[in-house]
Amino acid sequence: MSLHESHDASAALVKMVNDIADYFQSEPDRELAVDGIVNHLTRFWEPRMRRKIVAYFAERKGEGLSELARAAVARLADAARSAA
Amino acid sequence: MLSIIELDFGTPKSKSAQQVALTIDGREVSVPAGTSVLRAASEVGIQIPKLCATELLDAFGSCRLCLVQIEGMKGYPASCTTPVAAGMKVTTQNAKLADIRRGVMELYISDHPLDCLTCPANGHCELQDMAGAVGLREVRYGYDGRNHVYSTLKPSPSSGGGGVNFTATQTPSPSNLTLEGGGFNPLFAVKDESNPYFTFDPSKCIVCSRCVRACDEQQGTLALTIQGRGFDSKVAASQNEGFMDSECVSCGACVQACPTATLSEKSLIAQGQAEHSVTTTCAYCGVGCSFRAEMRGEDIVRMVPNKDGSANHGHSCVKGRFAIGYATHQDRILKPMIRAKISDPWREVTWQEAIAHAASEFKRIQAKYGRDSIGGITSSRCTNEETYLVQKLVRAAFGNNNVDTCARVCHSPTGYGLKQTLGESAGTQDFDSVMQADVILVIGANPTDGHPVFASQMKRRLRQGAKLIVADPRRIDIVRTPHVRADYHLKLRPGTNVALVTSLAHVIVDEGLVSEAFVRERCEPEAYAKWRAFVAEPRNSPEAMEEVTGVAAADVRAAARLYATGGNAAIYYGLGVTEHSQGSTTVMGIANLAMATGNIGREGVGVNPLRGQNNVQGSCDMGSFPHEFPGYRHVDDDAVRASFEQAWGVPLQNEPGLRIPNMFEAALDGEFKAIYIEGEDIAQSDPNTQHVTASLTSMECVVVQDLFLNETAKFAHVFLPGSSFLEKDGTFTNAERRISRVRRVMQPRNSDGTRGYADWEITQLLANAMGYPMNYAHPSEIMDEIARLTPTFHGVSFDKLDRLGSIQWPCNDAAPEGTPTMHVHEFVRGKGRFMLTEYVPTAEKVNAKYPLILTTGRILSQYNVGAQTRRTENSRWHSEDRLELHPQDAEDRGIVDGDWVGIESRAGQTVLRATVSERMQPGVVYTTFHFPFSGANVITTDNSDWATNCPEYKVTAVQITRVSQPSDWQQRYRKFSERQQELLSEAVTK
Repeated sequence: MSLHESHDASAALVKMVNDIADYFQSEPDRELAVDGIVNHLTRFWEPRMRRKIVAYFAERKGEGLSELARAAVARLADAARSAA
Repeated sequence: MLSIIELDFGTPKSKSAQQVALTIDGREVSVPAGTSVLRAASEVGIQIPKLCATELLDAFGSCRLCLVQIEGMKGYPASCTTPVAAGMKVTTQNAKLADIRRGVMELYISDHPLDCLTCPANGHCELQDMAGAVGLREVRYGYDGRNHVYSTLKPSPSSGGGGVNFTATQTPSPSNLTLEGGGFNPLFAVKDESNPYFTFDPSKCIVCSRCVRACDEQQGTLALTIQGRGFDSKVAASQNEGFMDSECVSCGACVQACPTATLSEKSLIAQGQAEHSVTTTCAYCGVGCSFRAEMRGEDIVRMVPNKDGSANHGHSCVKGRFAIGYATHQDRILKPMIRAKISDPWREVTWQEAIAHAASEFKRIQAKYGRDSIGGITSSRCTNEETYLVQKLVRAAFGNNNVDTCARVCHSPTGYGLKQTLGESAGTQDFDSVMQADVILVIGANPTDGHPVFASQMKRRLRQGAKLIVADPRRIDIVRTPHVRADYHLKLRPGTNVALVTSLAHVIVDEGLVSEAFVRERCEPEAYAKWRAFVAEPRNSPEAMEEVTGVAAADVRAAARLYATGGNAAIYYGLGVTEHSQGSTTVMGIANLAMATGNIGREGVGVNPLRGQNNVQGSCDMGSFPHEFPGYRHVDDDAVRASFEQAWGVPLQNEPGLRIPNMFEAALDGEFKAIYIEGEDIAQSDPNTQHVTASLTSMECVVVQDLFLNETAKFAHVFLPGSSFLEKDGTFTNAERRISRVRRVMQPRNSDGTRGYADWEITQLLANAMGYPMNYAHPSEIMDEIARLTPTFHGVSFDKLDRLGSIQWPCNDAAPEGTPTMHVHEFVRGKGRFMLTEYVPTAEKVNAKYPLILTTGRILSQYNVGAQTRRTENSRWHSEDRLELHPQDAEDRGIVDGDWVGIESRAGQTVLRATVSERMQPGVVYTTFHFPFSGANVITTDNSDWATNCPEYKVTAVQITRVSQPSDWQQRYRKFSERQQELLSEAVTK
């Protein structure tokens, strides 16, 4: 099987969000931590990537996302719904 | 000697603000206090004869040629070692002085060969010049001094010499000498030609010690010495070895210092003297040395470091001074080429056809897959103007923000971390600032290999007594080098930088070492309070972190105390900080340390990222990141975006584009189909090679603009031959934000028969073919546009650069001549912001299967992917990448030095030869990535910095075993690479 065939786009995005969330773990104010993750995703992620993680979140119920990452992606999903 | 156009004032310039008035030969002179009489005279046009003096070195006073008479002083003091004094009356020329000088010259010439007409120094020999200056007309001691022997004795034909000189392996003896006069001289010393770039001819040496002093003072290697006494004194490398076998690092400082032909560039010997010189900037590391390219027509005779260069002050390294042969190497591809598939032979085409084809493919792919299906990569090896144009091409002509740069894989965390804390994505100081530092903390940087010219300056300061803390898993050279020894070497485990930096901060808070007044005045109080509480937690103490970092808590505490209380403390860091899953966190932790101790905003302190490639800073400044316009302004800033839309005449996206690793992912997802890559080799430099090449293979159009068929170009459909830094005009910006001119010294070599193009012109052709007009006539016009649109560059222009030599941005109305030190009165963001730095262990874990940690780095003689330096004689020093490992790890596996070893990680396998070294700590292995066949990045993983996706090159869990053949990947690579070379050859022969 080639790398192309075995490519799992969602896994890479889940890892990236979890890595970002790990940084914000030490923020004592949970809301600020979630804000920080959402802000980071908004400022640095290309929109297709954000749409993909939101779709993944909806389809897989956030499987594999850490608690903080899940909260942040949920907020992104809410914002996407509101904008639609 | 200095460049052909430079005047040597004899002794260094004094930096004193106090002026001293004196009289020299009846002329009133005013110079800064501390100036030598020799220099003071020279500055008003009175040239006192000299031989051992040069302004790049401290005065020595040995040759006795520069003697003068000073009213009220006894005897004839050497003017080089005599400082000026108020009211001093100096006479530089009278009968007595002339007599003394002639006497001195007689002695020199009595023991110097008189083959002046065929000597490589003919025309710029200082000894010859001085003989003329003193009016030498006879040598009463005769001309048959002991060093003249080679003019009267030749290697006999039977010895195989056949010429005037012996080879490095021949030893002169009566049996292999033809007697042409005089007898055999046992003191005869053969010419040392072992170094690929310069020769050492002892017979021409006048023992002025300039070479020895240059090695000591300028380079700081101390590889040379004067061996013997009196008339037997002679220059020797290391223990009287050949230069190539000695400790010499081939920086060339000795060659530059030599007043005769004793040390001469081989290129000068071969070509003769240059007839003109062009000042330009080195295209290697982030130091950005200024050079004078000495030319005969369009041929480079030699590169001479510019003594007026503000980054290098007349110094250089083996790469910048000597490794320029790649520019005219036969491997250069000089004709545009296209092909439909990467399995097809290349077809040479005209520029017009190549550009039209590339543009047509980009447009076809966008029509089929959407506007966002293509993108581009700018290069730190290209000029500011070129990177600016590539990002403009992507944003304005492609209509998206899918532009990124190689800083993604090196210093992107610096951009993020310093922006968050200080407000600007750049280092805070100039290089000269290190001379005011009392404590130097080097973390994750190997300056003697990666930034050698700055390392020499740093070593100079350390020899003056500054304290040194090194945090590095390996015992790098700066830890212990002549007359330098680190006060603390914090030999941490790879991947634990954040733990170390946070525990340093813990000590500073815990022991009351915070500069409270600075923090109160300059920093955000809420963020500081939060940070203070965080770092003070016992879990962040050195004692708690000792198990994580492997560094003794007592050493961490002592180092923290030294940093906080030792006076001016400066931090220098490199890729050993950034290339981690927590690279950005460490950068922020470093900025926290500087703010907490008040070590920022003045000379001698600061946060100093040592940028890898020559124009990393510049390529980032120019808007190469997908989320930022030039000047680090986010694309979602409506006002900024509007200014670019107005200037560029098209609407621009307000969302970030894809980063390089995102492009790879998108390519594998089938959403990213074409890429324009200027001057980068992602197939060799980026991690997880097989992932990268799979991504490239999945694209429908890869356009590579480069000098060579690099690893990425082997996956390309269009090859646009690039131009070297010698073939174009523009600017580079070095690690200290210094913008310097790159000047064309030869025509672009990439002509298709009609004309050649600089890289910026090629991008412009592509933009026009895409339907977006670009009509710059010269790079200066591009810089003018950059200046109009970028506040930190408002005051920059080519005219001003020509006038000032170089400019450190910000350069605008507030700082019309630039800004050597940033954040002096306030931070760019207003108040400094402390950021939390929780240690999060990397996901890359060692286990029973992969028990060792691989970390990667660089070596002095090679540069980055090696595409340039591998095509020079620099490979004599480093002809292959090797795996360095600790003796214990080697013994456990039955490995001895030189064995072939397999290195296996979760990402892949490769095979290298082993170097067993006690520089390593047990459990950690190391390699470089300068040779594609090494496959160093076949092993590295997709782990990356949480904030920027900068790859975690520095931490890969591996196992090492003895093997007998290359890895499967290497065998596949060799086959693929050979096939690609065949396809190239077929194109060339058609």
